[in-house]
Order: sequence, then structure tokens, then C-alpha cells
Amino acid sequence: MYYDKLIFEISKPGRRAFSLPKSDFKNYKLSSNLLRANDAELPEVSELEVVRHYTNVSFKNFGVEKGFYPLGSCTMKYNPKINQDIANMSGFNLHPYQPLESLQGILEIYYETQKILSELSGLDTYTLNPYAGAHGELVGLMIVKKYHEDRNDFKRDTIIIPDSAHGTNPASAIVAGFKTIEVKSNEDGTVNIDSLKEMLNDQIAGIMLTNPNTIGMFEKDICEIAELIHDAGGLLYYDGANLNPILGVARPGDMGFDIMHVNLHKTFSTPHGGGGPGSGPIGVVKHLVKYLPSPIVKKVNNKYIIEDFNDTSIGQISHFYGNIGVVIKAYSYLLSVGKENMADIGKFSVLNANYIKESLKDDYLLPIKGLCKHEFVFDGLIDKSAHVTTLDVAKRLLDYDVHPPTIYFPLVFKESLMIEPTETESKDTLDDFIKIMKIVAEEARTNPELVKGAPYNTIVKRLDEAQAARHPIVKYRDLLQ
Amino acid sequence: MFKYLPHTEQDIKEMLEVIGLNSLDDLFSEIPPQLLGKDINIPAALSELEIYQKFAELASKNKELIPFVGAGAYDHYTPSVIKYIIERQEFLTAYTPYQPEISQGTLQYIFEYQSIIAELTGMHVSNASMYDGATATAEAMFMATNVRKRNKILISKTVNPNIINVVETYAKYRGITVDYINEENGITNIDDFKTKNSNEYAGIIVQNPNFYGIIEDYSMYREILDETKGLFIMNHDISALSILKTPSEYGVDIAVGDGQTLGIPLSFGGPYIGYLASTKKLMRKMPGRICGVTTDTEGKRAFVLTLQAREQHIRREKANSNICSNQSLLALFVTVYTAVMGKEGIKEAQTNSINATHYLYEEIIKLPKFKKVFDHDFFKDCTIETTLNPKVINQELFNNGILGPLSLGKYDKSKKQMLLFSATEKRSKKEIDKLVSILGAL
Amino acid sequence: MSKIVKGLYYTTTHEWVRVEDGFAFIGITDYAQESLGEIVFVELPEEEDNVEAGEEFSAIESVKAASDVLSPITGIIVLINDELEDGPELINEDPYENWIVKVEMEDKSELNKLLSADEYKEICE
Repeated sequence: MYYDKLIFEISKPGRRAFSLPKSDFKNYKLSSNLLRANDAELPEVSELEVVRHYTNVSFKNFGVEKGFYPLGSCTMKYNPKINQDIANMSGFNLHPYQPLESLQGILEIYYETQKILSELSGLDTYTLNPYAGAHGELVGLMIVKKYHEDRNDFKRDTIIIPDSAHGTNPASAIVAGFKTIEVKSNEDGTVNIDSLKEMLNDQIAGIMLTNPNTIGMFEKDICEIAELIHDAGGLLYYDGANLNPILGVARPGDMGFDIMHVNLHKTFSTPHGGGGPGSGPIGVVKHLVKYLPSPIVKKVNNKYIIEDFNDTSIGQISHFYGNIGVVIKAYSYLLSVGKENMADIGKFSVLNANYIKESLKDDYLLPIKGLCKHEFVFDGLIDKSAHVTTLDVAKRLLDYDVHPPTIYFPLVFKESLMIEPTETESKDTLDDFIKIMKIVAEEARTNPELVKGAPYNTIVKRLDEAQAARHPIVKYRDLLQ
Repeated sequence: MFKYLPHTEQDIKEMLEVIGLNSLDDLFSEIPPQLLGKDINIPAALSELEIYQKFAELASKNKELIPFVGAGAYDHYTPSVIKYIIERQEFLTAYTPYQPEISQGTLQYIFEYQSIIAELTGMHVSNASMYDGATATAEAMFMATNVRKRNKILISKTVNPNIINVVETYAKYRGITVDYINEENGITNIDDFKTKNSNEYAGIIVQNPNFYGIIEDYSMYREILDETKGLFIMNHDISALSILKTPSEYGVDIAVGDGQTLGIPLSFGGPYIGYLASTKKLMRKMPGRICGVTTDTEGKRAFVLTLQAREQHIRREKANSNICSNQSLLALFVTVYTAVMGKEGIKEAQTNSINATHYLYEEIIKLPKFKKVFDHDFFKDCTIETTLNPKVINQELFNNGILGPLSLGKYDKSKKQMLLFSATEKRSKKEIDKLVSILGAL
Repeated sequence: MSKIVKGLYYTTTHEWVRVEDGFAFIGITDYAQESLGEIVFVELPEEEDNVEAGEEFSAIESVKAASDVLSPITGIIVLINDELEDGPELINEDPYENWIVKVEMEDKSELNKLLSADEYKEICE
């Protein structure tokens, strides 16, 4: 039976799922002109109804623990259970205004995480405050801006971004008050050095790069790119979305990057939570440390203190200290992996990606040949004669209980199908996936209508997205009209 | 092999063969050699047992205090069922619901969340969440400046200074000017607003209850703003809206704030959740994800991310916001909280908090070294003046396991003798009496 | 092959102009609507707004794309097609019938800089 009820639709006046202690205080009356005219129509249900409702709602989702989730650029690795237990331990439910002496444990976690991120990335200092990757990007670009302005260099208003970049990059640049300019890619998706040279001038504030890039290719010329940008007076920003494959193998700091964010919810296994909370710590080279937003935790005489650079920092970027609960999980993960295993994360994520790529390249069009890193992109099926699109392939995969890869990104190919297996998947899982992908390719040849009509086994079929956007129904009350 | 890595020697060998390589190191052959092989100085791996022990030790270095402060983070009770629901792997480990056929769970709770925010604020549409109340306020400013094509904004000095700081940071880099409306006796000076308001400003940002805990009456503001086509942005602690006049009733265009008070634990400041809701007219100018209802090919009701053409992954440099990941799991958290507490429970928790705060207030101002400051209705924060040194007060309370009030001198030197207290439904009469007796003995 | 109507003026950015009684009606071409896919929203300007040649005056959104509409000519908007507010899909159905704005032109000689149907056809190929 398909469970289709909203919590509002099982509500009945008079039911309740809560119990509060009896109040010892007399009732204080607020002036009536300050109060709302009518009660908010919120659900009224019993406790079992709440639990059963959300359990049934959860069955309509696909999580990493159910099956293979090769979503490109998202690093859907296993989220270890212990991290959850650790984050739930008592002793960490602290008010942000507590005095430092009552926070030494949490500050130690913060400090140690900062240090490990510095070691892994080759950058001098981190703040763990940004809430997500995009928030980190924004903070990083504010640092770029402040750096140039501090040198009285106000002409630098442009950020260079490759055409293959995540959409967030240009959006962050605009929000930080920059203009953007696109640098063309070579055929293999790496930055075209000649195009880059042509655009370098005294208006360039910096460049944002993902390395390996969104096609999964490592920028071989990264050291030359860094030199060119630095010589032109700009800074290099590293988008940490693709850090996983080089973890413990190579470091953005050594490549010449000045600023980077890390996605703790990708690389360091804190769960994605259906779209957050994430955490996007920002690290910088030494001469930019003074621009970092608070907090930066320091260890002085065996005590942890919060240092802030109030006079030189870019400013306050969140109400408190960021998603600390996420940081705790990431620290627990880092300690589990440790020095001995860190490089294996990168290696096996790359092994897995290349194995799938080589196993499927006779059925799916591989526009960029050669070694990829943690992910790669197919440009749809090789045989396009039956007009089966990437969307159709993705929908058909649902019938085989596989989460589809990222589709129609990056934009540099028309039928992008971007696959990132991550290191936590076994060869057996990959073999199953390869088999399914081959079956779908065969179906596309022999019975294209079958693929175009997919999915068949999901609880809902293809949705009318145009209808949703033309006449938006965005809350329960809209359904009652 | 390490427990999160399933590869056997045989697997590795077979996989390398398919790829046509001899060793794992060959997978990185295109990386310039000078970048490889750096010694990385990080701690050695710990076993599961050692990790539990390590964190138990870390936890023992913290001290959880009984808070008598709010100022943006409130110690409300968290019903036990929430944890069990949000930790279901189906919710916890899923990505953003881009494949709706297998993400109806996430999409449905986002829809329920949006419905709850819309009920509480009275606004037409809520997005799927923002990072926190402060960044949500900054995003509302971006909406206003973008819609009105004006690059100046007004903000009341009664807004929480941390929110003001975040708004200032976001504004500064995007070339937006922030000007202030003065505070007088704890509330926004409406005459100052009337004088300063002009059609150079995209609108005004106010907060209710404001930083001092005072519930302001903003009934006159809509009319003033209409003269200049300015937008009205109001920041609320969302739970207060179970009782207080809604942003919609004040004629607000964009309602924002923090959702932490819907049962989210203090967690040293995060993760919390920001909300942002607007009128129908501004719906397509909102940042972030929005979930809508549609039908599938068989006519079944289903949920889907909609109005995506606003967002960064499509609009790129033309997007008005760069947000992608939000606080989705916290949206589920507050949705389940609302379902558990229900129509009556949310009101009851807030009413009990108001009553506890008023009891605390009445008892403290009876003490000789404390007195009232403002003469307005307040919610669950209250401002009290003292002749004592605030540091001495907080040290003494700390010695007794209590987190004392926020000293307002940090934000405004003229208020250095003022203290911001708060109590929630979790504070018993016994606890408050203890607080008062410690203060009385000073 | 997308449809191109004779007698209209075109831009390289896929807008068309039809001149009627001295007024300019502006819309997007069949090629443009096809590349956008199912149109879900047309952001309309306000009447009496000024438009400038080459500047955006409207944005069209489909499910997975968004595109600015640039004005081919300079002038003042005298009428907007408010049928598009509730029926954005009309542009998919007939992009040449369903204009977006009617403009009083400032300088009719600007029309000479635009493309003819034949010239536009070459661009689309």
C-alpha cells in the first residue's frame, strides 16, 4: 500500500504527542494587540502516529545503506555509525555563550580538526565556521576581495572560472561582489593555458578551480597555472568538492592554492542529511590568516582559546560557530581512518572510478579518455540511434535499485552522465552496477520504448515538473483550495 | 584492510588488470612528482573502542551548565522520538532530492516543513531552509535589493548584534550600504525611521521579539514603507509566532529567523536552521530550494523540487544567491518537533517560557542591586540593570553550575551594566530561586 | 527544423519584432522556445518601463533553464501580454502569436540593424 498522507491529513483536534512538566508560575498576560488573531493550524496527532507517519515517509527514500549511490561530485560514501553515536554523546550540548573554561573538550576537537585539515591540505590555518561548501566559497572570495583592497588595489574585480565548474562557483563570486569570466577547457577538460594567459591582467582578482576537475581529470599544469596567476597578482581558490581522490596523496597547498574549502559532508563522511547540514571549513596560506572569520582555536599554555582577528577579518559570517555537530562527526571519522589509511581513501576511490570507466566504455560514450580520478563523465550512450537520452538511462536505473549518477552536469557535454563510486564500494557492487548499466544499454538498443517509459518499479513514476513550476503548490493550505 | 575499504588483494589485482595498470600508484602517474609523497603528520588510526574512550575524555573536559541566557540560542526540551526519526538512514544518508521518484520521503518532509513555516509566519511560501537566522536575514536583504534595484537597506538597532554583523558582512562585499534606525528605550525609534526612510532604500529589517526580548508593535511600518515602495523584512524566533502577531499580519514581505527554538539542542551553536518565507509576489525571487506538488504519469500526487530556474546550478553567475546545501535534516527535525508538540504543545512550551522568564524578572528586580530598565512587554529574554560588575556575577553563577546572563556592554558600552536573562519551560521554580538567591547574596 | 516567419525582424539572440501601426511587438522565436523546453514562467516587466536595445527586459524560465530576453529596440513599454502570467506555455504553443511586450519605438531606424528572416535562418542552421 502506497502511503500518501501528509502529517496534516492524519491530524484530529484534541490528540497530542507531548507532555510538559506542570508550570509553577503564574500566567503572564501579554497585551492583546501583540498577539496573533488565529492559532496556527499545526498537526494534532498521538506519539505512535508521529512515529509511524515518518517511518512510512522514510520508506519513500533511497539512502546509501540501501544501495549503490554513484552520484558524481557528491562523494556518497558510507557514513560510519560510530560518528553518529559520538555526536549524540552527553557532554557536548553546550550553550555558545559558555565561558572558555567550560568548553575545553569541544575546543580541543575544533583545534585538532583544524590541524588535521591543515596537514591534509597543505594550508596554514582553518576556520570551521562556514556551514556548507557554498558558504565556504563565499567566505574564501570575501578574503580574496579584502586582500586586494588592503593593498589599495581596487581594480581587481574579476574572478576566472572554467566553463566546466560547479554552478556555485560563479554564483558565489557574484554574491561576493565580483564579476566572472570563463576560461575555456582543453578537450580533456583541463584549463587551456593559452586562453588563460590571454585573460590575465590587473583586473584579475583570482581563479577558482576544482582539482581534479568536474570531469575527473587532474590539472597536470596546476603548478604552471599557479605561477601564472600569482605573477599576475591574483589568488588561487580551491573548490574542495573533489578532494576525496587526492586525500593523503597530494595537497592543494603544495599545488599553489591560497584558499580552499573542504566539504566535511563529502570527503569526511558526515551524512548528507537529504541536503544538509554540511560543513565547509576554509583554509588559507599564512599571509591570509588575518582575514579569516572567527573562530580560530589556538592552544596557549595547554589551554584552548578562541582567537579572532576582529580588526582584520572579513567579518562575522554566521550567528555562532558553524555546524559543530558536523565537525564532531568528521573528527571521529578522521581518527578512525588515521595516518595509516588516509592515502588509501584517495587510491581506492580512483581505482573504483577507473574500473567502472574501463568496463563500460564500449557501451557509453567516453569523451575524455585516459586516467580519471574519483569520477568521470560519459556523454550518454554510444548508440544514440534510438534517441534514448541520459535522463532515460537514469530513470531506468531506478528500476534496478541503483541511485542514478549525476545527470546533465557538467554542462560541457550534452548528455553528461557523471559517475563517482567512492572508495567504500566493493568490486562486487561495482560489478553488479556494470552489469546493470550494460543491460540498460542493451535495452536501449533492442527495446528503446521500455527505457523511455521508465521507471516502472518506483512508488511514483515520472513527474510533471512543468505543472509544479507553472502553478506552484507550496504548502498544505494550497491543497485545500 | 581498513574496515571502511572492502578491497581484497585479488580484487585489486583484477581491477588493475581491467584498467591496464600494474600498481595503485600508477593511478596517479599524471600528477607532477614533486606534489606526491609528502609526509602527512596526523594522528594514527584508533579502534572503535579507543574512539569512544577518547570522546568520553573530551566530553569530561566540557561542563554543561544550566543556562539562564538565550540571546539567540534557547534551551528548550527535545522530545525523544525526534532522534529516532532523523537518524533513520533513509533520511540521514540521502543526498539532495534531485531524483524525485526515489526521494519522495525527503521531498514530503520539506513540503510539510514549508507548510509549518507558512502556518507560523502566515506567509505564502517558505523555502526548504537556510543555514541560520542570521544568514537568512542577509539573504532577505539580497532579495530586497535585487527586487527593488536599490543598493541600500535600513536595519533597526534593536536587532540582535550578531545578526547585524552578518548582514553587514554580506552587504559590504556586494556593495550594499547598511544604515541604522536608532533604538530608544529598548525599541525601534519610529520617528527616526520616518525621517531616514526614502526611495533610496530597498526596505527595512527589524526583529521581534527584539534583542532585548521586547515585543515591538510594528503596525505602523507597512504604511510608511508603502510611500517609498520599500520591502518589510522581519526576523522572528519562529516558536514565538505560535503566540505573537504574525509577520503576515504586519504586512511583511519577507519573514526570516532561526528555527532552533523548535526543540533543536544547543550544540554549541549549530547545526541550527534558518527559515525564509515570502509573499506570493516575491516567490520567484527567493533563494534556496522549494518543494512543490505535482502528479506523476499515473496521476498520483507527488512532490518535486520546483522553481529551480532561480538557483545557482542553473542560473550560475545570474543567480541571486549561491546557497545549495541547506539544513535539510534540521528541517525534518523541526517538522517532527512540530508534529509531536502540535498546535497546543508549541504554545504551551512558549507560554511556560514566558511565565518562567517573567517570574525570574520579577524576583531579580526585587533585589537591591538590580532594577528594571525598560517598560515594555517582553517574551523569554529580559533586560535587567545591575550595580554589580557583570563579570563577578557570571563567575559566581559559573561556580554554581549556572550559565549567567549576557552582558550587553560587549555590544554597546552605554549598556555595560545591563544583563540579558532568559528562561525556558525547562527551568523550574527551584532553579530560578537558586539563581535569585545567589544574586541576592552578592 | 524550427519555424521562421517572413516579414519579422530578428536578433542573433533569438528575439523577433513585428511592427504594427508603428508599434513594435516583441517575442522569442520558435528556435528559442524549442531550446528552452517547457516554459513555466515569464517574468514580465511593467508598463511604462523603458527598454533599451540589447538590454534585458524579461526572463523566461523552463523547468531546467532560464534565459534573459533582450530588447531588440529602444523605447517605452506600452502594453504587456498578461496572458503569459497564467499561461507561460502559450509561448511553446505559438511563439510568434504570443508576443511579450508592445513597445513605442524611440528610433525606428534601429530596425535596420536587425536581421531579416533569411539572415536569421542562417544563424539557426
